[in-house]
Amino acid sequence: MLDWNSLVNGITDVLMLTSRNLKRYVRIPQLLVFSSIQPVMFLLLFNYVFGGAIRVSTGSHSYIEFLLPGILMQVAMFGSTATSVGLADDLSKGMVDRFRSLPIARSAVLAGRTTADLLRNFFVVVLMVVVGMVLGFRFQGGFFHALAALALVLLFAYSFSWISATIGLHVRDPETVQIASFIWIFPLVFASGAFVPVATMPSWLQDFAANQPVTVTVDALRSLMISGQTYHVGRALLWMAGILVVFIFLAVRAYKRIS
Amino acid sequence: MDAIKVSGVSKSFGDVEALKKVVLSIPQGGIYALLGPNGAGKTTLIKIMTTLLKPDSGSVKVGGLDVVSQAVQVRKIIGFAGQFAAIDDHLTGRENLEMVGRLYHLGRRKARLRADEILRQLDLAGAADRTGRTYSGGMRRRLDLGASFITSPSILFLDEPTTGLDPRGRADLWDVIRELVVGGTTLLLTTQNLEEAEELAKQIAIIDRGRLIAEGTASELKERIGGSILEFRVQSGEQLERARDATRDLFSGNQAIDPQLGRISGSVASSTDALAQLVRRLDASGINIADIHLRRPTLNEVFLALTGRESE
Repeated sequence: MLDWNSLVNGITDVLMLTSRNLKRYVRIPQLLVFSSIQPVMFLLLFNYVFGGAIRVSTGSHSYIEFLLPGILMQVAMFGSTATSVGLADDLSKGMVDRFRSLPIARSAVLAGRTTADLLRNFFVVVLMVVVGMVLGFRFQGGFFHALAALALVLLFAYSFSWISATIGLHVRDPETVQIASFIWIFPLVFASGAFVPVATMPSWLQDFAANQPVTVTVDALRSLMISGQTYHVGRALLWMAGILVVFIFLAVRAYKRIS
Repeated sequence: MDAIKVSGVSKSFGDVEALKKVVLSIPQGGIYALLGPNGAGKTTLIKIMTTLLKPDSGSVKVGGLDVVSQAVQVRKIIGFAGQFAAIDDHLTGRENLEMVGRLYHLGRRKARLRADEILRQLDLAGAADRTGRTYSGGMRRRLDLGASFITSPSILFLDEPTTGLDPRGRADLWDVIRELVVGGTTLLLTTQNLEEAEELAKQIAIIDRGRLIAEGTASELKERIGGSILEFRVQSGEQLERARDATRDLFSGNQAIDPQLGRISGSVASSTDALAQLVRRLDASGINIADIHLRRPTLNEVFLALTGRESE
């Protein structure tokens, strides 16, 4: 039974834990500065280093138009590792034991962590769009399609935060978790249509690359941002819904089983 | 009603049996210590009591509530400070306490009020607005302890609250812990340190390899191995055997002999008598004493007496 009081308490818990996680960025501004510089650097490097070499076969678009949606996906994926590192850090320092001894929902700590990471991702995504526009990117699909694209990339980041949370709860050591994260993130980011067209890859890789969530979502982003269409959006949402259902279940179960 | 009642609790991690059918009753009010070496099962037991772990078999009632089926209600009436000082490095001392208070659903104003009270009580008011990362080890421990009693819980659990502190920090924390139970709180703490258990606790339970092996007041436990330890060294090794024979009947149990150091030690029932006797006998036998002293038994010796082996 869900009564009004416990609903209010539950929301307060998640808000308290979210703000606790966000305060880190206020207290160590360098953390926010450097974690923003990194994706901007990637955007500049990809645009000016690879931009000339990679010929995009999709019509007359410039590389920045092709690149920005891909970079947004990369930002979302790299950003999601913060979820597992933060959780592993809390585990190793005894914070999770303290939280688990408090009368709060088992999902509150995870919800607080993923919500904080969502807000941080929001900040970085907006920053990247601004930098992208300085480099010549233009939304050609109109305002609402642009908003939908941003919402989609944030939803993507949020669902990957839950994968990351599940990994953090199993690996538990902050340094190991960082290394472990790149093992699954790099193939997903690079064996995708984020930076190069999938058609340029060897055929055995194309089957994977064309259907994995990063490619499906980046295609949906391009459709929304460049042509104002909604191609691939349904498939992308399906992927995210699947990831959320599976990994929220797995993460909460792992959290309950911490010993 | 007992504050805590442990009935036949067992817990294994894979092949390792951490707890074996532990039975324990802890009365309301005052400090109770769970004493044992590293790996004895103290932390596992306290984690079961605080709902962080589920027992494989047996049951635990805390404040009359079952820790498995009524875990949520148990969490509302207890406070817990784990082995690590669980404070957020990036929040200030006050924010750390306020956050825990809010998570206990105290409400904004009440949480703030309690945070300030506790900071004063723990002598941390001057550091209230500094972030956790600037705190010393002792300050972190105190703040962590403060977070555990922000709701003034009726039952408080502290897992090795003074591990890693210097003697001064330890003594400061002892004072705080003693004050906490004045109002009738039941406080259960774990420790590896006999002196700490003796200083603080009315009742002590000794736990080893997952079993409860003794329970009683500090003096009751020490009586089991007899009063104090008398220890002396002879000047030359050849005299060791004669010294042992001459003093054998002064000790209440076996003599422990260290031939390398030329040292003999053992427990004595009446310490001053034994000391005087020992000096007279050795003098009469013409044995030269290099060093002699009386001391309290160590945890090792209580252990040795109770388990027949050294604690690790």
